[in-house]
Amino acid sequence: MKRIVKVAVAAATAGCLALAGCSGNSDTPSGNDSTGQEQVEVFTWWSTGSEALGLEAMVEVFDRDHPDVNFVNGAVAGGGGSSKNLLQDRLDAGDPPDSFQAHAGLEIQDYILAGQVEDISALYDEFNLRSVFPTDLVDLLTSGGKIYSIPSNIHRANVIWASVPVLTAAGLPATAEFDSMSAFIEALEQIKTATPDAIPLSVGGVWTQVHLLEVVLIAELGPQAYNGLWDGTTDWKSGEVKAALEIFNKLMSYTNTDRDSLDWEEPSTMLIDGQAAFNIMGDWAPANFDSKNQVDGADYVYAPAPGTAGVFDFLADSFTLTTGAPHPEGAKAWLQTISSLDGQVAFNQIKGSIPARTDITPSDFSTYQQTAISSFKNDTIVPSLQHGAAATIVQLNTITQAVSKFTSGASDIETFQAELAQAMA
Amino acid sequence: MPKKLRRYGPPLLLISPSLILIGVFVYALIIANFRTSLTDITTAPQTTGLAPHRIVWFENYINLFKSDAFQHSLKNLILYTVTFLVGTMFLGFLWAWLLEKRDRFEGIFRTVFLFPMAVSSVAAGVIWRWLLNSNQGTRASGLNRLFQLLHLDFLQNNWWNNNSIGIMAIAMAAIWQLSGYVMALFLAGFRGIPDELREAARVDGASEWKLYRHVLFPQLSPVALSALIIIGHMSLKAFDLIVSISKPANYQTKVPAVDMYIFKSQYYYASAAAVGVILLAFVLVLIVPYLVRMTKREK
Repeated sequence: MKRIVKVAVAAATAGCLALAGCSGNSDTPSGNDSTGQEQVEVFTWWSTGSEALGLEAMVEVFDRDHPDVNFVNGAVAGGGGSSKNLLQDRLDAGDPPDSFQAHAGLEIQDYILAGQVEDISALYDEFNLRSVFPTDLVDLLTSGGKIYSIPSNIHRANVIWASVPVLTAAGLPATAEFDSMSAFIEALEQIKTATPDAIPLSVGGVWTQVHLLEVVLIAELGPQAYNGLWDGTTDWKSGEVKAALEIFNKLMSYTNTDRDSLDWEEPSTMLIDGQAAFNIMGDWAPANFDSKNQVDGADYVYAPAPGTAGVFDFLADSFTLTTGAPHPEGAKAWLQTISSLDGQVAFNQIKGSIPARTDITPSDFSTYQQTAISSFKNDTIVPSLQHGAAATIVQLNTITQAVSKFTSGASDIETFQAELAQAMA
Repeated sequence: MPKKLRRYGPPLLLISPSLILIGVFVYALIIANFRTSLTDITTAPQTTGLAPHRIVWFENYINLFKSDAFQHSLKNLILYTVTFLVGTMFLGFLWAWLLEKRDRFEGIFRTVFLFPMAVSSVAAGVIWRWLLNSNQGTRASGLNRLFQLLHLDFLQNNWWNNNSIGIMAIAMAAIWQLSGYVMALFLAGFRGIPDELREAARVDGASEWKLYRHVLFPQLSPVALSALIIIGHMSLKAFDLIVSISKPANYQTKVPAVDMYIFKSQYYYASAAAVGVILLAFVLVLIVPYLVRMTKREK
């Protein structure tokens, strides 16, 4: 009797474990959902703030245009970094979302080479998109003559934001416009001496420091030589690059000491709280100012970053169709909405970026966005390093490590420069 | 034969599911991981098998140990482990010794000291990030502000932002988290000593200190060894607390586990796997002698 009980318990345990082992797949979307409706799962890192609200607005347009397709929000918190890791895991495991967000440029090339995204050139013809996007931008989404994603929005990275009350307190005019980095450094020096409690230039964790470095490189080298850094025509070991790194070092000396524990919102909020004077950050910052009821012109001012007027340091988000997507039809419907005029307007009005489509009416957008729209049309366009346009993930990671080592005080300028050159070699 | 089946069948059947699961999900994966560490998989197409990879044997390991960045991570790991071990063992032992007296409030204190272990590392990390804020002077917060309020301004420092010993600040948080656990281990050790031994020592005229020094402490050495092994291997694998106080990209607080994460995120699967093997080897160095000792004693 005792033996039978033993065997029974063993068998039951084995059964339970086997079931537990096999049930891991049950939460992945399989085919159509229970209502028989088509669906689409879209992976983004737009999970909070204005980004999430913008996505919601886009989904509203999507629901109107494609009422038969159910939208599944696969947004994952954690900015670009940890969510990209998660995406990579899902792609590796053969459990791809139907469509995911990717930065235009070298970042998307990794997915293309890995065979994880589909050629969607045909959709460009089907949706009549060939003429509505800037050709330079579409080139960044193209590999071997095939286009692999559709851009939804464009951001400008080289913008400087300033707190009017802090500038006034330091006896500076309420402007963020500076012809050069040296003029900017004079202003920083004045803030430091006039109001010792204020932080002249606020910055956050390593990625925001890389962002700052990129802006300094554009300002000091000029757009042409800056572009040369990525295609090998500008020497990373040159004296010009060294001079730019010295400027970067100087700028870092005016920043907050707790920077390495922050993201970008905290340094931006320091301007709103009157703790910091300047912040160099992409144009996703206005959403932060808006959410705290700051008035453009009265509470904060902005300009192209010092020495970079006439240059538009761009990054763009785009959407893909994954290889082996469980719902390719749903993904196509999603790509139709994000490429449509209505979808791009609804999304960008809230997110604060500018639509990738060129056939929009600028007056539909905010004052800042209108300046960005006209700059994008008229300025020299350069790709952003930090935001995936100029360098591959490996290069960016290596540069990020070199920057962290330098700004934390573990290396000197010579080592820093050598490590940067090594990263791009 | 049926007799043997009857004897070994049920137990084998009972453990076979876990044997199979552990075999596949632990040992097979360790082997697969080791194999990956010997390849040159460092690009996106190679990770999906679209591009061929080859075996480069121990090149990844050699490159890792030669790189300054990885040496920095190893140095940080050693500092972290030593601080963490010394801190938890000292505090854990001290608390257990104090509570061993069967104080009326023992229950309360035991809970108080054990409680930090119940807090998730990420939640604890968020609080410690604030406590360990590196701002000084007018913008100070957390511990630096506390020092100011106590007029101990000279104690202010930049905590984990120090490049050479900053990692010890994070070890502080880890000590806070796990000292209670070590205390519980030692307390169990104290309780396992039969009262007769104490009585015998007292009858022989041993003073209270001598009782502890010569009778009780020596009996705790197996507990101390267990605690050392448990805390040691946790320390080698430290990742969550470090990443939630600092950030993976911060040079100051790099340890091998963080390197592994970064390598993986940039498609350097081979290097990431190599770091994994190195960490496993460290843990084995700690655990294997312990296991050997345990089996010897059981025999």
